[in-house]
Amino acid sequence: MLAVAGLRVRLRTPAGHVTVVDGVDYAVEPGEVFGIAGESGSGKTISMLALLGLLPEGARVEGSARFGRHELIGMPSRQLRRISGRELAIVFQDPFTSLHPMLTIGRQLTEHVRLHLGLDRGKARKRAIELLEDVRIPDPAAALRRYPHQFSGGMRQRLAIAIALACRPRLLIADEPTTALDVTVQAGILRLLDRLRREHELSVVLITHDLGVMSAIADRVSIFYAGRVVESGRRHEILRDPRHPYTRALLDALPHPESTKGRELVAIAGMPPTPGRIPVGCAFNPRCGFVQDICRETVPPLSPVGERRLACHVDPFAG
Amino acid sequence: MSGLELRDVVVDYHGRDGVPVRAVAGASLSVLPGRVVGLVGESGCGKSTLARAAVGLVPVAAGTVTFNGAPVVALTRRARAAGLVRLQLVFQNPYSSLNPRRTVGSQVGDGIARLARRDRDARVRELLTIVGLPITAASRFPHEFSGGQRQRIAIARALAADPAVIVLDEPLASLDASAQAQLANLLGDLAREFELGLLLISHDLAIVRHVADDVCVMYLGRIVETGATQSLWARPAHPYSEALIAAIPSADGGGELPASLPGEVPDPARPPGGCRFHPRCPYAFARCTTDDPALVALRGGRNAACFLQTEGEETQSPAARSGNS
Amino acid sequence: MSDVAVDLVRPRRRIRIPTEWRQPLAIVGVAIACLWILIAIFAALIAPSNPLAQIYPPSQSPSIHHLFGTDELGRDVLSRVIYGSRVSLPIALALVAFAATIGSVVGAVAGYFRGIADGVLMRLADLVFAFPPIILAMVVAAVLGRGLFNAALAIVVVAWPSYARVSRGLVLSVGDSEYVQSARLLGATSRRTLFRDVLPNVAGPIFVLATLDLANAILLLSGLSFLGLGAQPPQAEWGSMVAEGTQYFQWWWIGTFPGLAIFTAVLAFNFLGDSLRDVFDPRTARRIEEAES
Repeated sequence: MLAVAGLRVRLRTPAGHVTVVDGVDYAVEPGEVFGIAGESGSGKTISMLALLGLLPEGARVEGSARFGRHELIGMPSRQLRRISGRELAIVFQDPFTSLHPMLTIGRQLTEHVRLHLGLDRGKARKRAIELLEDVRIPDPAAALRRYPHQFSGGMRQRLAIAIALACRPRLLIADEPTTALDVTVQAGILRLLDRLRREHELSVVLITHDLGVMSAIADRVSIFYAGRVVESGRRHEILRDPRHPYTRALLDALPHPESTKGRELVAIAGMPPTPGRIPVGCAFNPRCGFVQDICRETVPPLSPVGERRLACHVDPFAG
Repeated sequence: MSGLELRDVVVDYHGRDGVPVRAVAGASLSVLPGRVVGLVGESGCGKSTLARAAVGLVPVAAGTVTFNGAPVVALTRRARAAGLVRLQLVFQNPYSSLNPRRTVGSQVGDGIARLARRDRDARVRELLTIVGLPITAASRFPHEFSGGQRQRIAIARALAADPAVIVLDEPLASLDASAQAQLANLLGDLAREFELGLLLISHDLAIVRHVADDVCVMYLGRIVETGATQSLWARPAHPYSEALIAAIPSADGGGELPASLPGEVPDPARPPGGCRFHPRCPYAFARCTTDDPALVALRGGRNAACFLQTEGEETQSPAARSGNS
Repeated sequence: MSDVAVDLVRPRRRIRIPTEWRQPLAIVGVAIACLWILIAIFAALIAPSNPLAQIYPPSQSPSIHHLFGTDELGRDVLSRVIYGSRVSLPIALALVAFAATIGSVVGAVAGYFRGIADGVLMRLADLVFAFPPIILAMVVAAVLGRGLFNAALAIVVVAWPSYARVSRGLVLSVGDSEYVQSARLLGATSRRTLFRDVLPNVAGPIFVLATLDLANAILLLSGLSFLGLGAQPPQAEWGSMVAEGTQYFQWWWIGTFPGLAIFTAVLAFNFLGDSLRDVFDPRTARRIEEAES
C-alpha cells in the first residue's frame, strides 16, 4: 500500500539546512492501522508532510515513497493534488483550524466530492449525508447547513474525518487526531476510526506521541527518535516487550496502570535532541543506560530481529 | 484550619451577549499542607475557573474560599493581603506565564520578601537548584528555555513566596512526555519535602493518579466525587468517574479500545435539569431527571453526588447498584 | 509541531549582528539613515557653499561645479539639499519623540485606569483619527500661523493618537497577561507591575512605531512646507524646495533632488523601522537564538 524507503528530509533554517528526517523506512499493508510514535522533534510529522508535498519552501527530500504504483517523492504538485484527497487523505491534529471557517459543512463536503468524483449536486448532497451518518454526526441534514464553529472539538474532528473519507481513499493519514481532545471524546474518535477502517477496508497511518492511543488501535508500530526509526514491529510485541532502550524508557515514563502513588515515574534523563544537534552515532546514546563505545560512533542500522526491526547495537533486553 | 478550603463556591463569568455563565456551580474541596489533591475533569467543567477563584484572581459569586482561616479576597489594585501570599498559582502555559523581557532571576525573585540584594540573589540560586535548574539560569531570559524548564522557573517563582499551598492549573499539559514525567516527580518531591499542599488541576488522569493523594472529579461546574486516589480509582462511585477511567487507553499493547461516553458536554449556560450528568449517564433513572444530587459523604473518606450511592455507606459500583434499583 | 526543546544557550561574548539585520533591505535602510544623519551633523563641512547665498549663475543644470545645479535665484541646490537635512531630520526626531511620549502616557493612563478616563481620552484620540492627517495638520498649522515650529506642533497634534492606541492596547493586554497576574499574586501592587512588567513591554513596540513614524514626520513636514505652512523662504527645506521646483518644471533639478532626498530618507527610516520590529519580537528573537547556537 505505502512503502517508504530511505526518506531523508532537510529543512531550510536561517543557519543552513538541518536534517529533520534521517533515513526512514516503513511499509503499510492494506487494511491495517500503522502507528508512528515519537515525541515532538522526532520527525514523525515532517516525514508525513514530505509524502504529501506539504513541506515549507527550501526543503530538500530524498528517498522514495511508493503509494500503490505512484512514487510520491518528487511527484509534480498537480498530480499530487489529484491523488491526495482522492486516494490518500489526511486528518490533522487541530480540529479548530483544519476546517474552513466560512463555508458550511455541506459546502465543504459536497465541494470536495464534486471536485474529485464529478458528482452532480443532488448525488453529492446524498453522499455528504451518508458521510455524516457514517461518522455519527447527529441530525446530518441540519448539520449540512451549519458552520464549523458551531460544533465542538470532537465533532469537528469527526467532520474532518468525514471530509477525508469523502472520496473513499485507500489510505488515511491521521496526525495526532485526538491529542487536542478530552479523553472521553478521544475514545469516541478511536472507536470511530477503528470501525471505519474495518468497514471501508482503509489503511490508516496514525501519528501520535500517546502510546496508549497506539496500543488501542494500531496493528503495527514504528517508534521514531530524532528523525530515525529505532524500533518497529507488531503492536503487542513492541508495547508489551519493548527491546529498544528508548521504547522501554518511554513506556516506563508512563504512569503504570497498576502502580501505586509514591512510586516515581521513571523519567528519561535529558531531552530529545533538537534537529541539527543530533549526537554522533546512535541519537539516543547520551540518554541511554546501556550505552557503549560503538553507540557513540556508528548509527545503528534498522535490522530485523525476530519478528521486529530494531536499531540498537546493544539490544540489552534480548532473550 | 490550615490550608486551602473551598465551600460551595460559585463563580460566574460574563459570556457573550453579557449573559452570565455559571462556570462553577457550587464546589467544595480542601487542600491540607503536605497533601496533593488532584482536580480532574474535561473541557468545560470549570476547573480552571475554580483554580483562579481559589487564589483570588476572579471573584466568587457565592460560597467561601479560605486560606489558613482567612478569607481569600479577589485582587484589587492594592497589594494582595500579606497572609495570602503564601497561596500561589502556577499557570498552564509556560510560554505566557513568564515576562519575556525580564530575566529569570528577576522574576523568581519577585516573591522573595524584602531582603537585602545579596541575600535575594542567594535565595534565587537556591530556588533554581531546588527545581533542578542551573544557577546560570538566573541571568537568562525565558525564551532560552524549553517548556519543561519554563514550568520549573514558574514553580521556583511560586516557591519563592514560601507557600503553604500551591494551585497548579494544568502544569503538565503543554509538555512532552519526558518533561511531564520529570515535572510530575518534582511536584511530588516538593510536596513531601516542604510540606506543601498542592491542588493539581489536570485533564490527564493517569498523571494525577500517580502524583495525587486525593482526587476530586469535576463535571459541568460541580464536583461529583472525591476520595483517596487509590480508593477512587479502584472503585469509582460516580458514573462519570467510572466513564472517565474507562476511557483511558492503556499502553499495554493489548489492542483494547477504550470505552467512550455518548453525547457531549452540555453548554454551561444551559445545564440539564436534575442531575447534570443524567443525559449521558448509562444508569440514569427517573429521579435523576428531576432532582440534583448533593455531594454526600460515604464511608472511608469518600464523597459522591449520585443517587446510586447512599450517604454513610460503603461505595458501591454504579453498575451493581443500578442493577438493583 | 509542538515545543522543540532548546538547550541553554552558551553566552557569546563577541558582538554579532542578529540575522534579521543581514537582510538586504535592513542594511540599505540603516546605511542610508546613517548617511543622512551624518550629512546633517557635518553639513557645514560637506556643503560646497552657503545655502542662502544667491551668488551663482541662476538655473544652471547639474555640472561638476554644481552637482545638483543651481536654482532660479542662483543658489547651489546641493548645498540647500544638504542643509535641508538639518531642518527635516532634527525637527522630525524632536516631534516624534514628543508625540510618542505624550501619546504613550495618554494611552497608558487610559489602559491602566480604564473607566471614564479611558473613554474620554480614547474619544479624543478618535477625534484626531477622524481626519486625514495632512488635512488636520494643515488646519492646525494655519491656525497657529506659518513657521516651522508651528508646523512641528501641528504634526505632534496629528501624531500622538497612534501612540496612545498602541500604548493602551499593550497596557491592557500585558496587564491581563499571566505573568502580571503572577506578580500580583506574589504581592506586587498594580502600580508596581505597571512599571516593572507592563511598561518595559510597551517601550519596544512604541520605539518601533516611532522609528516608522519618523518617516511620516519627514513627509508631513515637507508636505506642510510644500504648502507654504512650514518653513518659510529663504530657508532651505526639502518640502518648500520641491514647491519651488513645481513652479520651474523646465529646470527639473530644482525640485527633483530635494524630492529624492525626501524619498530616500523616508524609505530608509521605513526599512529601519521594519527591521527593528523583527528585532523586538521575542518570538523572532528566539528563532534567531536557536538557529545561531
